[in-house]
Amino acid sequence: MIKFLTKGIIRDRSRSLFPVLVVTLAVAMIIFFQGFMDGVMNSMFLDSAVVSTGHVKVMTKGYKEESQLLPNDLALLETDQLVDELRQNHPDHFWTPRITFGGLLDVPDDSGETQSQGPVLALGIDLLSENSRQIEIWKLERRLIDGKLPENANEALLSTRLAGRLELSSGDTVTLIGSTMHNAFTTYNFTVVGTFKLNLGPADRQMMLVDISGARLALDMENAASEILGYTHSLFYNDTAAVALRQKYNEINSDTTDIFSPIMMALRDANQMGTMVDYMSAATGLIVGVFLVIGMIVLWNMGLMNGLRRYGEIGMRLAIGESKGQVYRSMILESVIIGCIGTLIGTALGLSLTYYMQEVGLDYSAAMESLGSTEFIFSNVFYAQITPELYYIGIMPGVLATVLGTMLAGRAIYKREMAQLFKELET
Amino acid sequence: MINIFISFLSFTFLLGQSNDMSVQEIIQAMDDNLNAKSRVLTSKMIVHGRRSSRTIESKNWVVGIDLAFTEYLSPPREKGTKMLKLGDKLWTYSPQTDRVIQISGHMLRQSVMGSDMSYNDMMEDRPLIELYEATLEGSVEINGRDHWIMLLDAKVKGLSYPKRRAWIDKEYLLPMKEELYAKSGKLLKTSTMDGIKKVQGRWFPSRFVFKDELKRNSKGTEWVIDEIEFDVDIPDSRFSKALLRK
Repeated sequence: MIKFLTKGIIRDRSRSLFPVLVVTLAVAMIIFFQGFMDGVMNSMFLDSAVVSTGHVKVMTKGYKEESQLLPNDLALLETDQLVDELRQNHPDHFWTPRITFGGLLDVPDDSGETQSQGPVLALGIDLLSENSRQIEIWKLERRLIDGKLPENANEALLSTRLAGRLELSSGDTVTLIGSTMHNAFTTYNFTVVGTFKLNLGPADRQMMLVDISGARLALDMENAASEILGYTHSLFYNDTAAVALRQKYNEINSDTTDIFSPIMMALRDANQMGTMVDYMSAATGLIVGVFLVIGMIVLWNMGLMNGLRRYGEIGMRLAIGESKGQVYRSMILESVIIGCIGTLIGTALGLSLTYYMQEVGLDYSAAMESLGSTEFIFSNVFYAQITPELYYIGIMPGVLATVLGTMLAGRAIYKREMAQLFKELET
Repeated sequence: MINIFISFLSFTFLLGQSNDMSVQEIIQAMDDNLNAKSRVLTSKMIVHGRRSSRTIESKNWVVGIDLAFTEYLSPPREKGTKMLKLGDKLWTYSPQTDRVIQISGHMLRQSVMGSDMSYNDMMEDRPLIELYEATLEGSVEINGRDHWIMLLDAKVKGLSYPKRRAWIDKEYLLPMKEELYAKSGKLLKTSTMDGIKKVQGRWFPSRFVFKDELKRNSKGTEWVIDEIEFDVDIPDSRFSKALLRK
């Protein structure tokens, strides 16, 4: 029966080409749209998580209260042990220590005197450990503009903007002037080994990246860290899970009377990110939902029109003795076949488009530059993202909506009288 | 560091030796006493951080108000760090980087060795008679000793502390307690001193406590003078940039 119907569909282009085309396009658009919205949302959260918030992060209570001042005198101590505990107790995340510090970069001339100076926001991240995923999540290999990644403690990467302002290039030595975790004056020499561009608006304007071992030497922070950041292994931010983890951790570990006790924050707790998370989730759900409904109506309508267009054929088939049930079932089966073919092709097309946008992205750097004062870390390039749900989301509009439309149209079969059928045959 | 010390000491003399002296005479007498030709001192700075305390030892050579050289003796991380002040310029040398760096601009507002004192505090050591107008606010007895309460208003622009209030011991002529204010009237720092001893004919404190009131939970910084000698001959070569690296 399926073979018979498939042959019929293929031979009658009016029954195959247009419906399959419509289903394909609708499914492809829905998949691409969903993938793009997911990509933008996850990309935004991931960028924020990588640069500043983590999916969750642990710091001292005192550090949290004064975090704008980067108070490393309130840093976490014994971080190796803390990280080990977090790994054991929360294996669904990977954990990494970080030191965030500010200061001045002093560029010497040939005689060692100050040639130029500029403010710097430096991050000591785990670049050198064997199992560290920092290079991966920072996408440093892709974002490296020139030079190479640091290979030892006193090597540094500068953002292209900072390097340009101080007229630095790979191989130059700069002196960090800052404060140790004991608030003592400190100077430390770093060798610039490369420059990077994050494409995250103003976030990297004064940024320097060093390995955490270099930051520890510079700031006298042996086995200490400003924060310990946690990320899900898949790098997908699950707000509900993050909030639950934060509550559970703080109930067990946090002491409200001790400013040095550890406290956990979820991504949504930082810099109005909670509002952003809620807004983006609601907006994405709404937009994709509306799009899905529109797509389903279109496909439903197509199934309906397709059924109505074939009244004559159905009349003929009933006239020559086929039962109403047989006709109805064959129509539904046809729509299932068309829906499946369209959904398959549409899913493949949608995934291809999504994959393309995932790799290439949509660059809107110029627009982001105008948002120079924003506190949000927001990517200059929109990337789509292929998520598992994209593989099946097309079934609902592609198959179900088409079949529902056909079923609705097919109801008429049962309502028609034989006399009416013969009358339609005459015309 | 000596400059801060001297700056604070200056207030001592602002108020004069007796009730009969005018405020101007008191300030002049204070400057005459404090602005010694030169000083050499060894001191300990105990910085009480929010987590722990650190002791930093240093030796200072000072000539007048324009020349000062400081060498840090301990702890190991700070040992060998040197600072040179020539007029209104300040350089620091760190052996770890082998760099001589001029401290200027907003860096002058940074803390010296994590203490409650800034580099600006070190730089502002001109005679108080040139910087402030003094007004006597009254007298008070503290711990059984008579003190004047003196308000000082800046008469030049650009000072870190445009307003100060000092509680001056009438016998020692030292500001046993001081409050340093911003132009807005916000309290920025406080200082106290104790362990007053007579050194080469002048009353001299052996311990200061400075507190940055803007630092939350700050426990202050103690500055203990171990040895001090006035009017010592110090060669000019002590104040050369070349000596920073040696």
